[in-house]
Amino acid sequence: MATLNLTQLQRLEAEAIHIMREVVAEAERPVMLYSVGKDSAVMLHLARKAFFPAPPPFPLLHVDTTWKFRAMYELRDRMARDSGMQLIVHRNPEALARNINPFDHGSALHTALWKTEGLKQALAAHRFDAAFGGARRDEEKSRAKERVFSFRSATQRWDPKQQRPELWNLYNARKAPGESLRVFPLSNWTELDVWQYIAAERLPIVPLYFAELRPTVERDGLLLVVDDGRFPLAAGERPVMRRVRFRTLGCYPLTGAIESEAATLPAIIAEMQASTVSERQGRAIDQDQAASMEKKKQEGYF
Amino acid sequence: MAPQPHKDLLRFITCGSVDDGKSTLIGRLLYDTKLLYSDQLAALEADSRQFGTQGQGLDFALLVDGLAAEREQGITIDVAYRFFATATRQFIVADTPGHEQYTRNMVTGASTADLAVILVDARKGILTQTRRHSYLVHLLGIRHVVLAINKMDLVGYDQARFDAIVADYAGFARSIGIEAFTAVPVSGLRGDNISSRTDSMPWYAGPSLLAHLEAVEIDIAAAQCRPLRLPVQWVNRPHADFRGFSGLLAAGSVRPGDAVRVLPSGRLTTVSRIASFDGDMDIAVAGQSVTLCFADEIDCSRGDVIARADEPPEVADQFEATIVWMAEEELLPGRPYWLKLATQTVTATVHGLKHEINVNTLERLAARTLGLNAIGVATLGTDRPLVFEPYAVDRGLGGFILVDKLSNATVGAGVLHFALRRSQNVHWQALEISREKHAELKQQKPAVLWFTGLSGAGKSTIANLVEKQLVSLGRHTFLLDGDNVRHGLNRDLGFTDADRVENIRRVGEVARLMTDAGLIVIAAFISPFRAERAMVRQMMLPGEFLEIFIDTPLAAAEARDAKGLYRKARAGLLRNFTGIDSPYEAPEAAEIRIDTTKLSAEQAADLIVARLLARPQEQ
Repeated sequence: MATLNLTQLQRLEAEAIHIMREVVAEAERPVMLYSVGKDSAVMLHLARKAFFPAPPPFPLLHVDTTWKFRAMYELRDRMARDSGMQLIVHRNPEALARNINPFDHGSALHTALWKTEGLKQALAAHRFDAAFGGARRDEEKSRAKERVFSFRSATQRWDPKQQRPELWNLYNARKAPGESLRVFPLSNWTELDVWQYIAAERLPIVPLYFAELRPTVERDGLLLVVDDGRFPLAAGERPVMRRVRFRTLGCYPLTGAIESEAATLPAIIAEMQASTVSERQGRAIDQDQAASMEKKKQEGYF
Repeated sequence: MAPQPHKDLLRFITCGSVDDGKSTLIGRLLYDTKLLYSDQLAALEADSRQFGTQGQGLDFALLVDGLAAEREQGITIDVAYRFFATATRQFIVADTPGHEQYTRNMVTGASTADLAVILVDARKGILTQTRRHSYLVHLLGIRHVVLAINKMDLVGYDQARFDAIVADYAGFARSIGIEAFTAVPVSGLRGDNISSRTDSMPWYAGPSLLAHLEAVEIDIAAAQCRPLRLPVQWVNRPHADFRGFSGLLAAGSVRPGDAVRVLPSGRLTTVSRIASFDGDMDIAVAGQSVTLCFADEIDCSRGDVIARADEPPEVADQFEATIVWMAEEELLPGRPYWLKLATQTVTATVHGLKHEINVNTLERLAARTLGLNAIGVATLGTDRPLVFEPYAVDRGLGGFILVDKLSNATVGAGVLHFALRRSQNVHWQALEISREKHAELKQQKPAVLWFTGLSGAGKSTIANLVEKQLVSLGRHTFLLDGDNVRHGLNRDLGFTDADRVENIRRVGEVARLMTDAGLIVIAAFISPFRAERAMVRQMMLPGEFLEIFIDTPLAAAEARDAKGLYRKARAGLLRNFTGIDSPYEAPEAAEIRIDTTKLSAEQAADLIVARLLARPQEQ
């Protein structure tokens, strides 16, 4: 009998599609968190495959902070158009009214209000009972212990000690009204798998991932790109043109670029395999305090 | 380096007792395979100074002990997944904790593993936990077992010590059915025989642990060679011209034109196409997520299994299974749980436990329930036929989870061994006189008036008054009383939680037969658990079951104490007494609530009869 040797990427793809279909079959109002980064690109593509020829039967939700790179907003709108999916953009009205920003208020308050609170508001307002996120277990230590189907209480808190046992590929999606699930179809992917999949499937990604000459300043050990006129320069401070790219994308004042010559996908993959620092090293919010991701996740952060 | 997307994948678990050095071993593997980045190393150096147990050296355990709570306690509390790769293979390792109370996490990690690394501390040898983990590894069908005898540096790299442990383990492994295992002497702390052979143990001729992990054969073709099994997850129907059936192929392969059978209905059809985003496929194999279209419009929905037409899997509703219990609240035979197997979700009831297994001694112990982390062999039944394969044949169609119907928690997991012959031979006898006919003759609509409440609340008193009134109105009734039933039908049952569940199940079945006969059944039972009252409700037709909560405060019932039972319970002469040392779960949405501090028994009976007769069809 004929047998086919499935590659690691084919097996990961099949697993992620299986996870997405389970959610659609068992949840009432699913939604896909879409942050425009490389993991979101992979997740959106997998959703289109999972439900083909139907469009994915859920909307995209972008929890906006108003501080993303301009190129991210452009790609976001294009991808929503191309996929035929509804795009919901939520901005925390309180953060908007108080003009919360990373420069005046610091990364911790900025993240808590725009992202954690914003996300909880959006999920509650639309009564979503299952939300897909692109987190991977190789990213961070507390992520490595989270279930694929991660249960949230009615107050959207994560209790790491009360996680449901998750065996084989049997996911328990049952919950009471008000409770919800965060679901991570890319749990078993590594950063390298993501890049190899983007290359193999020729997925559109934000140009910021490719090296280019960009205006930069150095702050607290991070190389920041001056993306618009809101960036407050110190007296005498001048942006320096450097050839940089990003391994991970968040709010532009909080995301450090790396100096790089990698302007193509094969070059990025080669550079990544030779890299000696981890992906989240460029994220200012992870270094706020010890075990900071675990704490943020308990409070409702993705 | 060129990207290598064609590597294959080995998933394995590490397990062993507390302090056997699992986390250190995994940290060492990540370190030796260069999977640690410089910022992670810097964080590790800082953490080692703050929390470490290795003096000035790196404490690799801190890499994997991810949660803040774990760092404080110096233990691993949950299964964590780690990723690393060598030039030829990618690895996902599940780090599973050694504490007895976390057996459920070990089972979780083992359920998806191809191989298990069982760690033993060379100073301590084979421990209770080693035996427990080995048994679980075997139960979950992991065929490749590595015995990593760790901390060899602390026994002077002594070959005799190594040989003695291997011999000790070999005897145990054989007794539980592990046919073969590979033993490697290692030191996670020093890196001996982890990623490369060490000079410290020239007497050991085998490969390093990593070399063995790279060389183990993964039989991924085996699943593809079995007959087609596709559990349907979701029906894709975007418009009238397309109807596809989506799912992850559990076994076999499929091509357009193949004859298939849809189970449990048994209907036959032909696969017309395999639709995909990248164009129709010529073949799909086990491990792929696909969407099939059929040549005919036949019924097929989530939970059905598409199978090769001439080799379908079995369909049954009575099974023998091994169950691992994972909840604080014990398994109660008779209580209905959700059972999820592949994409099927049904109601399942454990009929009885054949035995519990003491995994340390492999003794079979008599048991009526299973507590947290207990393992037992049980017979169970489902309310609908289940399409399945024995777990030994197919993990995907033989492994199941049990979910509590009230808390929605995953409370157990199990593996199906075989269908009991009984389910194939006991058929429903078609009855010629229908229940409608019985009811019509009596000129009434059957009902169950279910009285629940504490002992001494007044259930029997009010129930008797209700029956008298109904009889005087010409109704055909029958009163089932808790005390009376326990003298006969249920005299073999006691007052443990498990026996209380079985007591109510039997009474529910009797009440159902009586409603089939057209009677109005009056049942007065403490029935302390919501789940069992819900179970009896589900046995009846909608609207037929009226739950009546005789709401008497514990203090009032105890003050009354007509039978002197509370006094005995308080004196410790009666155990498992509801309200004293056994819980009562008050109804949340009873049809009728009687507050006995406000109503007399006669007023209560009037109210109940009025409510019964107010049902639409009664008028």
